[in-house]
Amino acid sequence: MNRTLQGLVMAAAMAAASLAVAQPIKIFGLVELSGTGAVSGTNFNDGVKLAVKEINASGGILGRQVDYQASDTQSQAPIAKALAQKAVDQGAYVVMGPVFSGSILVSMPETRKAEVTNFTGGEAASITQQGNPYIFRTSFTQAAAMPKVARYLHDTVKAKSVAIIFVNNDFGKGGSDAMVKALEPYGIKVAANISTDPGQVDFSSAVVKAKQSNADALFVYSNEEESARCLRELKKQGYDKPIVGETTLTSQKVIELAGDAANGAIAHVGLSADAPQPEVQKFSAAFQKEYHYKGDHNSLKGYSAMYFVKVMTERIGKVDTKALAAALHGATMTVKDNPGVLLDVSFDQNGDLDRVSYMTKVVDGKQAIIATLPAAHTK
Amino acid sequence: MAEFLQLVVSGIATGAIYAVAALGFTLMWQAAGVINFAQGEFVMLPAFGMLMCIGVGMPLWLAFLVTCVAAALVLGYAFKRGIADPLIHHGVIPLVIATLGVSIAAKSFVRSGYSAMAQQFPSPFPEGVFHVAGVTVSFADAGTLVIAGAIVLSLQAFLNRTVTGRAMQAVAQNTESARVLGIDVSRMVLYVFVINALLACVAALLITPIYLAKFDMGETIGTKAFFAAIIGGFNQTRGALLGGVLIGVMENVVGYYLSPAYKEGVALVLFLLVILFRPEGILGRREERKV
Amino acid sequence: MSPAARNIALAIAILALATSAFFLQRSQVYLLSLCCVYVMATMGLNLTMGYAGQMSLGQAAFFGIGAYIDAILTTKLGVSFWVVIPIAAVACFFVGLALGFPALRVQHHYLAFATLGFNVLVYLVMRNEEALTGGTFGISNVPRPYLFTWSLDSERAYFWFTLAALVIVAILMRLLLRSPWGRAFAALRDNPIRAESLGINITAYTLLAFAIGAAYGGVGGVFYAGLVQYVEPSTFYFTTSLMMLLAVILGGSGRFFGPVIGTVIVILLPEVLRSSSSPALQFMQKWYLVAFGVALVVLMVWLPGGLLSIGDRRARKAAA
Repeated sequence: MNRTLQGLVMAAAMAAASLAVAQPIKIFGLVELSGTGAVSGTNFNDGVKLAVKEINASGGILGRQVDYQASDTQSQAPIAKALAQKAVDQGAYVVMGPVFSGSILVSMPETRKAEVTNFTGGEAASITQQGNPYIFRTSFTQAAAMPKVARYLHDTVKAKSVAIIFVNNDFGKGGSDAMVKALEPYGIKVAANISTDPGQVDFSSAVVKAKQSNADALFVYSNEEESARCLRELKKQGYDKPIVGETTLTSQKVIELAGDAANGAIAHVGLSADAPQPEVQKFSAAFQKEYHYKGDHNSLKGYSAMYFVKVMTERIGKVDTKALAAALHGATMTVKDNPGVLLDVSFDQNGDLDRVSYMTKVVDGKQAIIATLPAAHTK
Repeated sequence: MAEFLQLVVSGIATGAIYAVAALGFTLMWQAAGVINFAQGEFVMLPAFGMLMCIGVGMPLWLAFLVTCVAAALVLGYAFKRGIADPLIHHGVIPLVIATLGVSIAAKSFVRSGYSAMAQQFPSPFPEGVFHVAGVTVSFADAGTLVIAGAIVLSLQAFLNRTVTGRAMQAVAQNTESARVLGIDVSRMVLYVFVINALLACVAALLITPIYLAKFDMGETIGTKAFFAAIIGGFNQTRGALLGGVLIGVMENVVGYYLSPAYKEGVALVLFLLVILFRPEGILGRREERKV
Repeated sequence: MSPAARNIALAIAILALATSAFFLQRSQVYLLSLCCVYVMATMGLNLTMGYAGQMSLGQAAFFGIGAYIDAILTTKLGVSFWVVIPIAAVACFFVGLALGFPALRVQHHYLAFATLGFNVLVYLVMRNEEALTGGTFGISNVPRPYLFTWSLDSERAYFWFTLAALVIVAILMRLLLRSPWGRAFAALRDNPIRAESLGINITAYTLLAFAIGAAYGGVGGVFYAGLVQYVEPSTFYFTTSLMMLLAVILGGSGRFFGPVIGTVIVILLPEVLRSSSSPALQFMQKWYLVAFGVALVVLMVWLPGGLLSIGDRRARKAAA
């Protein structure tokens, strides 16, 4: 009996060892494919899928194919936790997502416990403030982006006071909090800080309030659909001060949904599908061709994150998730050597990343770049 | 003062849309005792129906007509025969669950089969705004209000002045006596279902240009319509309009003067007060206790 | 089956479930715990709905109140989990009384609407009162309790803990329903007028049923917070109440095991459909929610009394 068991274990171990060479690298996506985060999650997931397809077509990572499996968190935190455990138990090399800050806060203790590298699309500041060595962002934090917007409001708009309209969910509230903090050093007053609901239809009270505040500029921070509705209401009520936002406000989806009303809106964009870099343009075209819709910053997040994995894995020369996480801290990847990362990028010790960003403006229904802001560490 | 008027005017326009959806709620409740938790999806589906028709090259008006016919068949006739008829004798709850099932299926069907993304939707009204007494009104706001008002008034007239309308009311008040009086109850109930489906199409046409077509757009509309129906009175056609407009205006006024974070809450407090102190709704008639 | 045989069978089933944790993956054990937690809440809802005949659409509010009480007391004040359970139960009981007292005057569908409104209000408070509830970010790193010195940190340990707790509250519910006092509920639901004429105080009994149902929701919430270790407002929106209602009706309201069956289906079935890897079921990954919705409609049309009424249906057919 005992001997049979030993034999079995030996056989299993040998089988596992021989398989390990040829076995694909397992990467799991925990993404919002339904529920409130469906748009962000779908974009992120499709971005990852496109990168995986390209990587596999060009020989994989270190000669091994990538096996990417996405599961739907339904935008619910408890489900995200279960899926993270499942991914870890099934031997994930890297976990991608979730995008929602609420979900990643629940799922990341699981990947941390298992010491598995985890990329997230979440932007809430608290994610990388818990000393978790396995969590990495795929975009700016709100705490990094908002000072850039504040500087723009101070230097270019020369605003003395600003009204804020934000959507009251983790994304919008986090952004609004970060913005209020970022405005402080410039001495810019927050004339009104107006909360709106996710899914809100009628923005007239928010816009009337913003108008009444008599601020020199308006900062709008909301999800795509709500941003579009807000822009329409602003146009309807003839709002004539500069309208500034971050990432979503000048995104393709908002422009499509808001139509004319989007013209003139300005936003700081960390990752833009319309960035003037040839690699980003190439990505946008490929994405459009593959999925028949235009990708947004979340698709760029997913796509570039997958390439971070490829570049860093090849740099350390082995498929070892713990070593990958260690190597990512302080790493810099340039587009020159690795076109897939799209934009030069570097990670700090917390897992926050830094790269160039843009000020964009909607002109004639298109996002145009009006200024390129250098990465913080190069200035 | 100007801002107050602006808030009221915008609120009335938004509220009128809630009212059209709420109207369907009250009709269904009156005639068939159905609480339709898929009412929001009944608005969402025609929106996507119209989008698909437009996608194959139809102009908006034709797309609307085609969708109306389809909705009358599917959301009216098929819904009644397939779901409401077999369940109506088992009380309110199984039917509530069944409509919840319809809601889940419809949402996920559109998400998986069409798109998870919000889609733009053409407006039946011309672009542009005009100013009255310092208030900015868009043509869309004005048009919505006119259409919603016209629908409520003509429905009211239909129910009160025509033989069919009165027969429908008789069914609503007392199904048994209506049957004794020789009214074809089943047919009257069918009319109600078809009217509900058509109202949903109109609501879709009015709301989608502002709300944008998205698989989960029905969640907010359904909830607001539901509240509007209760506040106005579940058994009064005019009540739905009053309830919808009250919610639209209250949300704006509260959002501006009190707290934007709690504006949804104030409509609800109103709702709770109505339920506790006038459960038949502001314009509703008291129902006899059924044993 | 005789009552004794039934109890033995039940005990064996529970033991089998507890042992299954050894063979299942961690995420599956976690989902089982999630089921147990929701069953506590739906069991309470079943008392309100199935036995006292009051349709409530606000159970998620009590569930949420329990979860937030645990999250706030354990993370901010360092109160022990064991102290939190009775606090949450008592708090939800009294909130239930306070809501039920005016709401039960109006009965029927109006109670459903009032509880739904209450649910949204509770959600708004959770979202907006940031100082207390953490606002939209919620409260993270809620600790799991210790059983004496034994840490319940692992999924398996917490599952056994939750399962044991569920068995205890289920036995309490059973005792309650068997008491003369509990029998009054059923009498009430089946024939309120006769019950009244027999001297049962309708309002007092329904109110109590509602408040006890709320307390069950609160206790479920405490275990939920410990399980997920994170609370955020959107989990406790009224859509969760609808889901709980669904679970009760699906299983068969007014039947003791109705909410158990219903909750297992509502929580586990989507996961099973989604994670199935057989090619025949692959397309389910995309369409499982459509299938779930349609199945719900078909089931209601076929068995309006819920899954557990299948026996009655057979019996009726045989008699006919």
